[in-house]
Amino acid sequence: MSVSNAQTSLVDRAPQFVHSKPVRDGRTRNNKVRYALTVLAFLLPSAVPLLLFVLGPMVAAAWVSLNQWNLLAPMKWVGLGNYAKLLGDPITGDVFLHTVYYIVGYLPLVYIGGLALALALNTALKGRSFLRGIYFLPVVTSWIVVALVWRWLLSPSNGIVNSALAFFGIHGPGWWTDPHWAMPSIIIASAWKDLGFIMVILLAGLQAIPSDMYDAAKVDGAGWWRRLFSVTLPLLSPSSFFVLVISLINGFQVFDQVYAMTGGGPNGASEVVVQQIYDLTFRYGRAGEASALSWMLFVVVLAVTVIQIRGQKRWVTYA
Amino acid sequence: MNRKLMVAIGLAGVAALAMTGCASGTPSSGGPVTITYSNFISNGGNEKNLATIVAAFEKKNPDIKVDVKTLPYDSYGTALQTDLAAGTPADVFDINGPSSYGPYQANGVLAELKGVDSGVYNTALLDSYATDGKQYALPTSFSDVVLYYNKDLFDAAGVKYPTSDWTWADETAAAAKLTDKAAGVWGDHQPVTYNEYYKVLVQNGASFLTKDGKKAAFNTPAGIEAAKWLVDKSGTTMPTIADGQGTADFDTNLFKDGKLAMLHTGIWVFSAFADAPANWDIAVEPGNKTSANAVFSNGIGVSATSKHPAQAQKWAEFMSASDTMVNVRLDSGWELPAISDAKKLATYLDKGKPTNRQAVFDAAKKIAAAPSIGDNQSAMQDAITGELIEAQAGRESVQQALDNAEKKINALLAG
Repeated sequence: MSVSNAQTSLVDRAPQFVHSKPVRDGRTRNNKVRYALTVLAFLLPSAVPLLLFVLGPMVAAAWVSLNQWNLLAPMKWVGLGNYAKLLGDPITGDVFLHTVYYIVGYLPLVYIGGLALALALNTALKGRSFLRGIYFLPVVTSWIVVALVWRWLLSPSNGIVNSALAFFGIHGPGWWTDPHWAMPSIIIASAWKDLGFIMVILLAGLQAIPSDMYDAAKVDGAGWWRRLFSVTLPLLSPSSFFVLVISLINGFQVFDQVYAMTGGGPNGASEVVVQQIYDLTFRYGRAGEASALSWMLFVVVLAVTVIQIRGQKRWVTYA
Repeated sequence: MNRKLMVAIGLAGVAALAMTGCASGTPSSGGPVTITYSNFISNGGNEKNLATIVAAFEKKNPDIKVDVKTLPYDSYGTALQTDLAAGTPADVFDINGPSSYGPYQANGVLAELKGVDSGVYNTALLDSYATDGKQYALPTSFSDVVLYYNKDLFDAAGVKYPTSDWTWADETAAAAKLTDKAAGVWGDHQPVTYNEYYKVLVQNGASFLTKDGKKAAFNTPAGIEAAKWLVDKSGTTMPTIADGQGTADFDTNLFKDGKLAMLHTGIWVFSAFADAPANWDIAVEPGNKTSANAVFSNGIGVSATSKHPAQAQKWAEFMSASDTMVNVRLDSGWELPAISDAKKLATYLDKGKPTNRQAVFDAAKKIAAAPSIGDNQSAMQDAITGELIEAQAGRESVQQALDNAEKKINALLAG
């Protein structure tokens, strides 16, 4: 077997192993090993970090979740005790409820806002490249900066928002200092920051819709709204699906903005799941319970994502 | 070169990279020993002062080098927890007061310090870092909370300056006269937090926990009065949360701007007020039934896993008791060294503004002991502060807030 032959066989025949039963002779087995090694080599750059920083910590967290651990003393085995304790603690329900509250407020706001922006910037508007850049700017800005800016904007006595409301004779709320308004404050800041990201994804989706679809619809006498609901939205559904999946996963993991804007307060009113995981670990020395809560969150996110992927057949149109 | 070879080389390269990550440094022999020191006390303005102390130590001990790592106060606790959990703490590290010292000592992360010259230290502060007669950490500094007041505003309102005989009633009356909401001038500011509450409880003859430390003891008429003392200022003589009260630097900025007549805060802001345009001085905080003050100290400990415990202890002692440290701290107003020698401390009295520096020492004579409950300390403090703020914002009555706080804290104490 010449070297050049080996090369061609490696490239040309490799995919066959995926589809057909391997032939049981020594030469092919040799090729198979070589193929596996090649695949492995190409996978390594992403597989190594994945193993070290995602799968490894997940397995470690599963172990920690079965122990009592204050980060200082050796771990003490408690079996499923941490899970039982969390399920019996009303705070666990609260933090999941607060997280769902966040998602329910955030998702429609950011999707409808992002869609409106994408539609507006998908026209022959003057200076649209500039505007696209402007709307994307918050996406690449650090959450700490954005959170501080929004704390200022929403400052109850001296903030711009309440000053503007006062101009119209409206007495503005206490925003992040008020338990009822803390989560809405976080939702508004989050939607503002992520608007550009959603816009870019939907814009790409809009531009992939062939213009003859619109031409045909126009010939059929469809107006703007009719075209939006019968052409744009169905053909945009793969992008919308992506936005929904990503936003829901990110929504369940919401942390930075909560940590920076309210720290979970006032008096726990905006405490979300990940903030609680952080507090349990680093402030309250209950790393076992925190790890158990992490796994509970993982199971919830996994379930929600699986349901979405199963359900996509009903509404996602792949052209 | 054939593809097989390239793949092999690539794999070998990745493997080599992975392995170098696991290799450990070789211990040096003979040369100077390097110890690491992780601190927060120098962060935010005293980094150069710490460098001066380190330089003096290294000059005196040419065989020891100190590698300093400085972290902000806010994230120091998290960073230390993580280092301890990972088994990679610095040889010497700061301890944020006796309430942090307790859990660290109980969990065995601190090395016992043998042969410490205890006569050098302030006995009460030294003892707060000892357990069962054994020393596990040393106090590096202490500070206390006093009443700052703006003389110009007092003069303008025709109110007499605070004295050490003042009680809460005197302060309330003065604050009411000094408050001029139209001009944006407030009479008083005292944080509505756990750190204030345990102290004002003692000032009012009450206590935070029962004697055996097993239950909350603040939900009594005296405890309610103490909570009202903190909460009721809000909106009458003190700005409200909606005005920004409770956010970082709000109170000190207000005082610096000459818009606040009285301020309860620690002596650590002396240097920040040095260039304030107003005339200001300090007094011991008024008590109610008795005088009681919050005294905070910082400690320094040696890691139980340090490879150079002797050298590490040498540094810990130098950082807490040496003359260089004392002079640097007194000259710069960087809190107070926790030493026993009154003569050395006396120079502090005439280091400039404020005039009444004697109040700092007077306050330290009557200490309100801070409750310490171990692993649940932060959860307890959060519960109190959270409920007091509910009462301050008027969402709960003081009675409701204390009922809730009592329930939460008894649950934490029960385990």
